Amino acid sequence: MKSKLNLDPKVIDSARSCAARIAESMQEFIDRHTTVSTERTILRLLGVDGIDEVETPLPNVVVDQIKDAGGLPRGVAYWMGNAMIQTGKSPQEIAEEMAAGNLDITKLPLASAKEAEEKIMPTVLDALKKIRQQTEKRNQYLETIGEGRKPYLYVIVATGNIYEDVVQAQAAARQGADIIAVIRTTAQSLLDYVPYGPTTEGFGGTYATQENFRIMRKALDEVGEEVGRYIRLCNYSSGMCMPEIAAMGALERLDVMLNDALYGILFRDINMQRTLVDQYFSRVIIGYCDIIFNSGEDNYLTTDDAYEAAHTVLASQFINEQFAVLANVKEEQMGLGHAFEMDPDIENGFLYELSQAIMAKEIFPNANLKYMPPTKFMTGNIFKGQIQDALFNLIAVWSGQSLQLLGMLTEAIHTPHMHDRYLSIENAQYIFNNARDIGSEVEFKEGGIIQERAQFVLAEADKLLHVIEEEGLFSTIEQGKFGGVKRPRDGGKGLEGVCVKDDEYFNPFIPLMLGGAK
Amino acid sequence: MTACNTAIAQVDLTKVKPYGDTLNDGMVELAFTLPVPYGEEGSEAAKILAKKMGLDEPNVVYSKNMTDGYTFFVVYGKCQHTVDYTTIKVTKVEVDIMDRLECAQYIKDNIKREVVIVGASTGTDAHTVGIDAIMNMKGFHGHFGLERYEGINAINMGSQVPNEVLIQKAKEVNADAILVSQTVTQKDVHIANLTNMVELLEAEGLRDKVILVCGGPRISHELAQELGYDAGFGSHTYAEHVASFVLTEIVNRKMV
Repeated sequence: MKSKLNLDPKVIDSARSCAARIAESMQEFIDRHTTVSTERTILRLLGVDGIDEVETPLPNVVVDQIKDAGGLPRGVAYWMGNAMIQTGKSPQEIAEEMAAGNLDITKLPLASAKEAEEKIMPTVLDALKKIRQQTEKRNQYLETIGEGRKPYLYVIVATGNIYEDVVQAQAAARQGADIIAVIRTTAQSLLDYVPYGPTTEGFGGTYATQENFRIMRKALDEVGEEVGRYIRLCNYSSGMCMPEIAAMGALERLDVMLNDALYGILFRDINMQRTLVDQYFSRVIIGYCDIIFNSGEDNYLTTDDAYEAAHTVLASQFINEQFAVLANVKEEQMGLGHAFEMDPDIENGFLYELSQAIMAKEIFPNANLKYMPPTKFMTGNIFKGQIQDALFNLIAVWSGQSLQLLGMLTEAIHTPHMHDRYLSIENAQYIFNNARDIGSEVEFKEGGIIQERAQFVLAEADKLLHVIEEEGLFSTIEQGKFGGVKRPRDGGKGLEGVCVKDDEYFNPFIPLMLGGAK
Repeated sequence: MTACNTAIAQVDLTKVKPYGDTLNDGMVELAFTLPVPYGEEGSEAAKILAKKMGLDEPNVVYSKNMTDGYTFFVVYGKCQHTVDYTTIKVTKVEVDIMDRLECAQYIKDNIKREVVIVGASTGTDAHTVGIDAIMNMKGFHGHFGLERYEGINAINMGSQVPNEVLIQKAKEVNADAILVSQTVTQKDVHIANLTNMVELLEAEGLRDKVILVCGGPRISHELAQELGYDAGFGSHTYAEHVASFVLTEIVNRKMV
């Protein structure tokens, strides 16, 4: 396809191959390390669930005991496999024994790593089978009841109570929503465990728990069958429990997950070593089960200027793309993020936004781009807000975005009310229908504002990527080049949960998932 | 030919009503959802409710089924109530606003040392938009943030900072002022958190030694004062407002 923006393919290739080298150099670091959350994820996939008497999740109980005994570098898969050999019990039973204080998993006789891996393999294959069944179920739904047209209408629910969320989510689906994201309660991203069971209290959102996932999945399947459209469920594979939540999402058939290699570092002050190791396993899981991941570049524009920092968004998209390639994530699963966040007072701001949105689509043609609505310059004037959202919707249909997080006219006032969501869906449906083919009809003036903007942003992104390659990703983040946020390499939360693997370490899921284990 | 009646009624500020296109028409527009099925009974329910809210001649101009058992309404009506504008008293931050350069000059002339300001979005609040708008170099909407002010050392600790950590930092750098940003207000979480901050400062014996300011879209000066803050800033506040207040306060309190 000919570039409407007259982008130079050589510059795109240069930026992409530079990002690939950056990701590969990080991968060497990632492959040498594991984290407490990565290990807990293995346990969850092996079927360890539930809580002890003080409500500590069993995956935490097991990993903490192994860590305290100095056994983390060997990995829980070994310890579990060995304990299965020595006790004849299942991973869940072993975890329960450990929680009751009846078993010290590191003090058992030791089998070889090979024996432990062989012992654990049937349970591993069983977990993969469960995940594949969920993926097949999604495919079955897509073949039978189908799905909405792109851009998918993507809305959030955030009541704090999963049962109230169900009412709102089903209402939104009936109004036309294609994707429902259950916003997480404030600060869950900083918990170093995943809460358990159904929950009815949260601030600005609802806890991500496996039971809540299950409740919402069931509700969306029901309403999907009713409206004749598969309704996708979205949650957050981010924060301190990034891969654990990816595993829960795989098991409970989530369809979209927010998952970014850099977001937690920049915006939640999670340690960069921890996040980079965590994001790898989470992406391997996401890649395996056909979940679309959403990266969080849009957030850079809430802390940095959307006009001046546009190239940092593109540079980060390239990096997120290449991290995903290493985790065997298909292009269609890449929901690379960007946003409509320019100051509405900028003359020709619409032209720049349009240029950048088309640029993203041209550079990542097979990705399912996630486009985020205006938030920073929403003022409480709901009437103007509705127009800002309309311009945003026009650009989305024009530039062929895939996942359209709908703007709310009441942004900056409160979490959406039922009718706010309706008004935003109506806004998007009107514009998408009314301007459906505008993208294929309109071309741009050679050397005009729109073409030159995109060429400039691409060139700047390419430059920035070369600087990052030169200096290394860690040090680039330390200098505050993304989102204007500076983070030290050994700072932030969760570094104590990172350790170097020993020679006998194995994570049975990664090779099988990367190989697409049938 | 009849005389054209050109007299326009004068506003009586002791009895103010909403204005649509004629003085004292009382026109108000409302939009809300009721948990009732879509239909004539639902519209009637919306009208009755509007009457109870004090609206004469309520008119349901639009209604729409949201989902089973929920209906959205747009309603117009004429407000019966009036307000005496002449007796209203609002507590506001009373300070002459200086721009960035004037602030720098004011520091040189009156304070003659570096002013230290620490700020954060505290508690569980993950939003940096407010504190960034006031503190970051770039500021917001063309108004540079405190980091760009000559004579001010502005330390922005970001979001989800526990009150204890913010206070610790303030002690460490001997801060003149602490800025607390609160964006999330669901279930009044900000009130509890803001109150906790004051209690901690008092317990440390620091409350009188710093200028304590809070800000956020749902914060008013009145609320801030009730909670024990020196000032509160709501929407449409920029760095120069906060800086002018803090600098003036430093001089007034002889913290120079």
